[in-house]
Amino acid sequence: MRSAPVRSIDLGARRSWRTTQSALMSAAMVAAVVLVAIPLVAVLWSVFARGAGIVVRAFPAFFTQTIPMISRKAGPGMGPAIVGTVLVTGGATLVAVPVGVLGAVYLHEYGGSGSFARLVRFMATVMTGVPSIVMGLFIYLVWTMNFGYSAFGGALALACLMLPIVIGSTEQMLRLVPASLREASYALGATRSRTIVAIVLPAALPGIISGVLLAIARAAGETAPLMFAVGAATAYNPRLFHEANTSLSLQIFGNATSAFPAAQDRAWGAALTLVLFTFLITLIARVFTARLALKRSS
Amino acid sequence: MLSPVIPFASPLPRPRGQLTPGDPAGAFPLPAGQAVGVPTPRDFASLVDPTGEAPRPTEQAVTVPTPRDFASLVDRKAAVPLPDTPVVFDCEDVEVYYGAFRAVRGVTLGIREHQITAFIGPSGCGKTTMLRTLNRMHDVIPGARVAGRVSYHGIDLYAPEVSAPEVRRRIGMVFQKPNPFPKSIYDNIAFGPRINGIRRKAELDAVVEKSLRAAALWDEVRDRLKHSALGLSGGQQQRLCIARTIAVEPEVVLMDEPCSALDPIATARIEELMRELKSLYTIVIVTHNMQQAARVSDRTAFFTTEIDAQRDRRTGILVEYDATSKIFSAPSDERTENYITGRFG
Repeated sequence: MRSAPVRSIDLGARRSWRTTQSALMSAAMVAAVVLVAIPLVAVLWSVFARGAGIVVRAFPAFFTQTIPMISRKAGPGMGPAIVGTVLVTGGATLVAVPVGVLGAVYLHEYGGSGSFARLVRFMATVMTGVPSIVMGLFIYLVWTMNFGYSAFGGALALACLMLPIVIGSTEQMLRLVPASLREASYALGATRSRTIVAIVLPAALPGIISGVLLAIARAAGETAPLMFAVGAATAYNPRLFHEANTSLSLQIFGNATSAFPAAQDRAWGAALTLVLFTFLITLIARVFTARLALKRSS
Repeated sequence: MLSPVIPFASPLPRPRGQLTPGDPAGAFPLPAGQAVGVPTPRDFASLVDPTGEAPRPTEQAVTVPTPRDFASLVDRKAAVPLPDTPVVFDCEDVEVYYGAFRAVRGVTLGIREHQITAFIGPSGCGKTTMLRTLNRMHDVIPGARVAGRVSYHGIDLYAPEVSAPEVRRRIGMVFQKPNPFPKSIYDNIAFGPRINGIRRKAELDAVVEKSLRAAALWDEVRDRLKHSALGLSGGQQQRLCIARTIAVEPEVVLMDEPCSALDPIATARIEELMRELKSLYTIVIVTHNMQQAARVSDRTAFFTTEIDAQRDRRTGILVEYDATSKIFSAPSDERTENYITGRFG
């Protein structure tokens, strides 16, 4: 083939309204990112700046010792609150995840666009918008009035908050599983239930897990629904169903609103602990989903 | 693969500085005797502009190929008459609806055992729809409905007491796009046997090896059975899907354009595989590639679309169903002839 006759071509950049416009838009986007980042960085900075000193000065006592009964007394720790947070969020996860995932499987695989499924889906969406304190009040009436303060009451309140998130994200993930995989399974003689258990759920698992962990991280920081249900303990209470308990978020609220500087310091320490706790959950989620993705592609 | 030589109805715009039409130096060299006969690689050579200067072939320069083009591909079959093996599927006046839309109507045909039956026809003519009717794959599509009678060895496939999963276990399916599960190669093959109750590892190992060997994939993957199936090439994935299908020991294998996503080499391997599998299974294949139908199939059903005046929608109909050698050398319907010669479709 003979090449086309050479003409003089200028490939150099030219200034025009188009390039100016592009530069302006890029600048606007960078500015937006900076605006978003400022409050995030400020929150983390103040929590670390004020909390790190408290935690480091009494390390590891801050994480292990009980909470002082007299709140104006300076000193560690937050041990019972950490145990309480793990109990409450763990209990909430145990309640919300099986119910939520199974509910989403029903909605997507069986309910389809039927009127019952549509109603449930609508209610789940509405539930996402219910203020968390209303959930706390509801659990107070239904559970705490009958069985007294316990970590489980708080777990139930948090489960109510997590449920719509888990249902929503799981259904979304099930929708992403390609129809061709289901068809392949059906074509081998698999029943619908077998296809869901052996093909659809494993394919959607990484997405389901990250949705669940996101819900846990969100629930771990909730305060309002726990105030009615968990009570206020200062000693270790590892029992899920008995006696008043406490949590990091409750301790932050209680100590930060106290008049004594020592208590306010403890609140900053608890805030840092809670940030680290949710960070840890997110990190685990990332590592876990990355592992799963790796296993798939290898 | 090869496609019938397409008449250039409107010549492409010519680059500047080219010879004027009619100039003998620029005339398109059309080898005599090439218009009719086996399509050879030379057919393509003639499409490539050898000098870069010659004008594109005009309509007058290219002869429309006749049905004889394909006859050479099926001649060897015509010599031996097709055996009348038992009828596996007996379809009588089948209609398939998606909601209110009628996708195919009036399909009556019999598919015979240990033969390869090809469904050909233009897009939207209901080939795939008919194929999916044969193993009840429409059951999982909301709103899809089958009317008429489809019997399998004399049993009505759509009778209420017939279990769809059992039908599909006996009548396997390979899809247009390779769709391996996001699992290991081993688990892909073992999935079918496992759901059919095979649990012992030795037994599963044997089935996996046997199926992969039958699909001509064993030597390529024997060292990486535990690796993800998604790491295989497209052609390997499709052979894996065939291996997965035959691992449950079906009686029939339905193939929905199994080579459309593959290159010619992978296509040739799969066609070879089909010919080998014919002795064990009954095969029904949907294909857009007429040469493929001519090369591999024993019988061919030609479908086309018909405008449904009442509903103003297109409906697929079966035009002609006969031995492949007859369809490609002496079709009895004009529409079939127009389609296979490339004048329509």
